[in-house]
Amino acid sequence: MTPRAIPGLLTAAVIVVALAGPWLAPHAPTDVIGPPFSPPGPGRVLGTDYLGSDVLSRLLHGGYTVVGLSAAATAIAYLAGGALGLAAGLAGRVDGVIMRPIDVLLAIPPFLVLAVLAAATGRGTVVVVAASALANVPGISRVVRAAALEVSVRGYVEAAYARGESRFQIAIRDVIPNIAAALFAELGARISGTIALVASANFLGLGLQPPTADWALMVAENRTGLAVQPWAVLAPVLLIALLTIAVNLGGDQVTARLRHPRSATKADAQPGSTH
Amino acid sequence: MGARFGLVGYLVGRLCAAVGVVAAASVLIFGAMALLPGDVVDVILSKNAAGGSASPEARAALRAELGLDRPLVERYAEWIGGVLSGDLGRSLFSGRPVAEIIGARLTNTAILAAAAAVLLVALAVGFGAWAGARAGRASDRAITTASVTLGSLPEFVIATLLIQLFAFTWPLLPPVSIVAPGQRPLRTPEVLVLPVLTLVAVMAPQTIRMVRAQMAEVMTSPYVQAARLHGIGEWRIVTHHALRNALAPATPLLAGSIAWLLGGVVVVETVFNYPGISRDLVHGIATRDLPYIQSVTLLFAAFTVAVYLLADLGVLVAVPQLRPIGRRHR
Repeated sequence: MTPRAIPGLLTAAVIVVALAGPWLAPHAPTDVIGPPFSPPGPGRVLGTDYLGSDVLSRLLHGGYTVVGLSAAATAIAYLAGGALGLAAGLAGRVDGVIMRPIDVLLAIPPFLVLAVLAAATGRGTVVVVAASALANVPGISRVVRAAALEVSVRGYVEAAYARGESRFQIAIRDVIPNIAAALFAELGARISGTIALVASANFLGLGLQPPTADWALMVAENRTGLAVQPWAVLAPVLLIALLTIAVNLGGDQVTARLRHPRSATKADAQPGSTH
Repeated sequence: MGARFGLVGYLVGRLCAAVGVVAAASVLIFGAMALLPGDVVDVILSKNAAGGSASPEARAALRAELGLDRPLVERYAEWIGGVLSGDLGRSLFSGRPVAEIIGARLTNTAILAAAAAVLLVALAVGFGAWAGARAGRASDRAITTASVTLGSLPEFVIATLLIQLFAFTWPLLPPVSIVAPGQRPLRTPEVLVLPVLTLVAVMAPQTIRMVRAQMAEVMTSPYVQAARLHGIGEWRIVTHHALRNALAPATPLLAGSIAWLLGGVVVVETVFNYPGISRDLVHGIATRDLPYIQSVTLLFAAFTVAVYLLADLGVLVAVPQLRPIGRRHR
């Protein structure tokens, strides 16, 4: 096993725990199995939380939402940002119409977007996913637009236009494969940033609500007991930390490989070599 | 003369653009509040009538009382007119003026954010320039990897780990920021340490990398090589020749990070129970206090744009060569 494989393996491990966790958990997430904030002991490996539920069980149930909501937000951001960037880069007429609002959005911190959406429609997971996706749309669409503009004057694209292919076909067949490196630039930072946003929104109570088991929510619920029963807080904190770091490092490797397909080993050496 | 016109024209243009962005943001905020599904009337009725469903007449009456039956444009004009004359509206629930709610705690938040921003810029410039000047060496790679690792973590994760380490494992600092009513946190600076440290830990990696990238690029430029050939010491090249030119493109990015501190400040204040605006803000969002959130978000959007604008002006002051001579028309 090379050191380069570590981020990918860790990411996979946390995701497996998050997705398979509900089946492995010894208790239901809302079962009360002992007094609140009991320390770890036999039958309760990580102790109990503020209501007396099993921390390990809630931990195994609570990764699903972290991974699921972040994945949804990332996917939406790439679809919307990619589509807008392609449209702006390839169809000059709509360029201004698309990019001016995006420039405005870029200047607005994501928390404000979340605040406006949550206040306007009420808190909830839909709002959190939408705000987290919107946080990444401006960045993605600007990079994609720039790359699409550059590709659009290349010979093979002009040849495709000359053959009479539609703009949509050209975008799918000729442009997207050649801008993959730009599309997925900063992939790691974007996904881990999205995880951080989703988790922070849930931590603030603007997304999921108790008694849902969720790692970020667990931190918020149990932090008053940090002095008494640190594991109820530290266990979810460490899992979120592990996931964001592994995803960030792993994503950088994917980006590097897309950028230098042949010299992947050399390009990867930078972030991975210190492990 | 042409140069002077270019500079003034550039400044006027930037100012107009900034005002335009704030205006556009106000339309976006107002539009989202007014058009997204979810009716203010329902929010108020659910608070007052203990969740009971109100008759259509009662709804219509409340709607008229709040002025929600008037055209959107009229309501927007009234809101903006109020904001421009210093009237931010009234909270839906407490009925207190929004300006009063914000004003009471804004200073504490500003102290926290300013302390973090100053430290952030110092670290970004210091470590960024150092790593960028040594691009490719082991110390540079160590900084890059450390920053990727640290920069991935959400604020509340870092804050919790810091509390566990420095308040419980080694009880050096308070786990919560208790400030006596009417006092400023500056009188008990120890409550600021962990919140500021959290914000800096989250934001510094990203800002260091921005400065590093610009610095690494500048260090490969011809004039740096020429300076080396003249026998000028490496450190002097960095401080006297390269730094300003590296900071010019990095400054707008730094400004962006400082503006983005806001979301982090809200989380950090919540974790440490710091007496800033966040509790009201999070509560306002959760209870859907629309007039309050509408005005607060507009204020922060304006603040963000002002930071970007100041950064651009700062670059012009620091690097005279970049002052437009009619070539930067964007």
